[in-house]
Amino acid sequence: MTTRTISNHRYHEDHLALAAASPGPAWLADLRAAGWERFSELGFPTARRGNERWKYTAVAPISRVGFAYPQIGTAGSVGAPLVGAHEGRPYIPEDGWTIAQSAIPDGDDTIRQHLGSLAPMDDDGFTALNTAFLRDVAIVRVPDGADGPLAVHVNHGGLPGLDGEQQYARHPRTLILAGRNANLTVVETYTGPRGPRYFTNAVTEIVVGEGAAVDHYRLLDESPAAFHVGTTRVHQQRDSSFSSASFALGTELARNDFAVTLDGPGAFCSLNGLYYTGQGQHIDNLISIDHAQPHCTSRLNYKGILDGNSRAVFGGEVMVRRNAQKSDAQQTDKNLLLSEDAEVDSKPSLMIYADDVQCAHGATAGQIDAQTLFYLRSRGLDLETASRMLVQAFAREIVDTVKPETLRSYLESLFDRSIAVKSLPVVFAAP
Amino acid sequence: MTDNNPLLSVRGLRASAGDLDILNGVDLEVYAGEVHAIMGPNGSGKSTFANVLAGRPDYTVTAGKAIYDGEDLLSLEPEIRARMGVFLAFQYPVELPGVRAWQFLKAGVDARRVHNGEEEMSAREFQRLLDAKVKQVEIDPELVRRAVNEGFSGGEKKRNEILQMAVLEPRLALLDETDSGLDIDALRIVSDGVNKLRSEDNAMVLVTHYQRMLDYVRPDKVHVLLDGRIVRSGGPEMALELEEKGYDWIREEVGASE
Repeated sequence: MTTRTISNHRYHEDHLALAAASPGPAWLADLRAAGWERFSELGFPTARRGNERWKYTAVAPISRVGFAYPQIGTAGSVGAPLVGAHEGRPYIPEDGWTIAQSAIPDGDDTIRQHLGSLAPMDDDGFTALNTAFLRDVAIVRVPDGADGPLAVHVNHGGLPGLDGEQQYARHPRTLILAGRNANLTVVETYTGPRGPRYFTNAVTEIVVGEGAAVDHYRLLDESPAAFHVGTTRVHQQRDSSFSSASFALGTELARNDFAVTLDGPGAFCSLNGLYYTGQGQHIDNLISIDHAQPHCTSRLNYKGILDGNSRAVFGGEVMVRRNAQKSDAQQTDKNLLLSEDAEVDSKPSLMIYADDVQCAHGATAGQIDAQTLFYLRSRGLDLETASRMLVQAFAREIVDTVKPETLRSYLESLFDRSIAVKSLPVVFAAP
Repeated sequence: MTDNNPLLSVRGLRASAGDLDILNGVDLEVYAGEVHAIMGPNGSGKSTFANVLAGRPDYTVTAGKAIYDGEDLLSLEPEIRARMGVFLAFQYPVELPGVRAWQFLKAGVDARRVHNGEEEMSAREFQRLLDAKVKQVEIDPELVRRAVNEGFSGGEKKRNEILQMAVLEPRLALLDETDSGLDIDALRIVSDGVNKLRSEDNAMVLVTHYQRMLDYVRPDKVHVLLDGRIVRSGGPEMALELEEKGYDWIREEVGASE
């Protein structure tokens, strides 16, 4: 499955330059070297030879460009100010929040031990490439038994060293370690400058310790011309809770590869998602939940709003292992098509090897129906107002899962502004 | 009722759904202050009549006219009719998950106000209006806090239609089988709501299959719709007669006279 293209040479040169500068501790240099070695073997994934993970999304638009790595600005992109990098109003967390920093402390074995442990690069070219360019890592850490709740904003916003028409790649890395009984809220935001195309190749690793509760939000608000590949790996221990909502506004090509392992009895996860795509855009969500232990519960609920000729892919993979009795798993993916030309491939799947479980899955795709629209119009609402109200209502189920008030209202208005509802195609059914 | 012109005047209305002719020339005049009941067996075209007047896009009007308040009603978009004071209480109210009742109702009120050259209501003003209407039609205030009709029982949905009618204050209310599927309590609440909302300035057309709602709401006129035409009109006593004797005798008489 190796794709060797001219772009790999560009990556190689940039990797060598980074290796020569060798920022960070020595073990990080070793990890980078291993990352490059693996990437040079794997290359970018392709859909060939039955690779189900990339069946509906062509990587060629990414692999054929020689994206440059911005060497300067070693303070890194983590926590870079958003102003100027974003067209609209940036997200600013409420008071009392911490902004994640990107310093890897010397001689800290915990970071060394965990970095790369959840997102292995063995069979994933993108993760290998991210590892080959490890420099700045956003680290969020709550020690075992820490007092009180903590809320942290991790912003991957800046692209230092931008000049002219050069197309850049960035490889943001985030490590979140929530110790025993931790109470942590994390917001990860990905934004970038409107202008020349760039490529974000993000990897996030999250450990949710025993009895810990983590609320996790991920916002993809990249330039419409950007490529974004995000890999998130979550490991949950006994009696832990992980609630996540991923929001994605359309980019030319986006991938959200999100996997959770429920690795201790009594663990709970809730994975929500809301995505919007417009003309010429493509999003691919691959969400996996591994019930590795008994008595775990998972909820997976993604919703998509598709306009223009855009395309969405949803792959939900819930695995219930042989010993994972009393598992309770539900997954749904619902799509609202605002255009006749939009297309969705939704494949929820369950692999169940235990016999005493409750599992359900479902997927829908459809347009706003004529009866509903007439109901609103019969109350005086014009077609555009009615359509907008129904689209907002569709999105609201996911937006309402967001607990921090500032973030929730930010997302609500961000989606309202971004979704250009004029009027909807309506199929009139005979009564 | 002092006005000499009817609020609604329907002449020779014909409508179809697909290839199926449903209304075959309906004539009806409704004056402000009146309550009319339109009765008839299943499939006679009662619901179609109410829905055509409200502008449901499933139907095609093939002939006839409906003049409402001096305007050619059938040429207007459904939302314009609503803003001019026409209201349809749905036989099967639609569930709107995620649409907050408050937002939905205020949008309707504001659309009408803007249409009439008035300003949108302030949130506070609307809240006062809503509270008063909730009380007036004896609706569980909890229903207003939920998404519109989502997970409501059949009776709750019908009550919610009455609340919407109260808030939107229509001049012409068309109630499409609002009484069907209601238990005695719900029927009484819905009927009370209708009685409280009827006035000298507005008119109501109750489309109903049964006489029982008319025990609570006394109509000024009762019409029988058969095969897409009004074949009989009379006073409230006719509803009782229909309940007793059914529709077959009318069908025979109409058939005999043609």
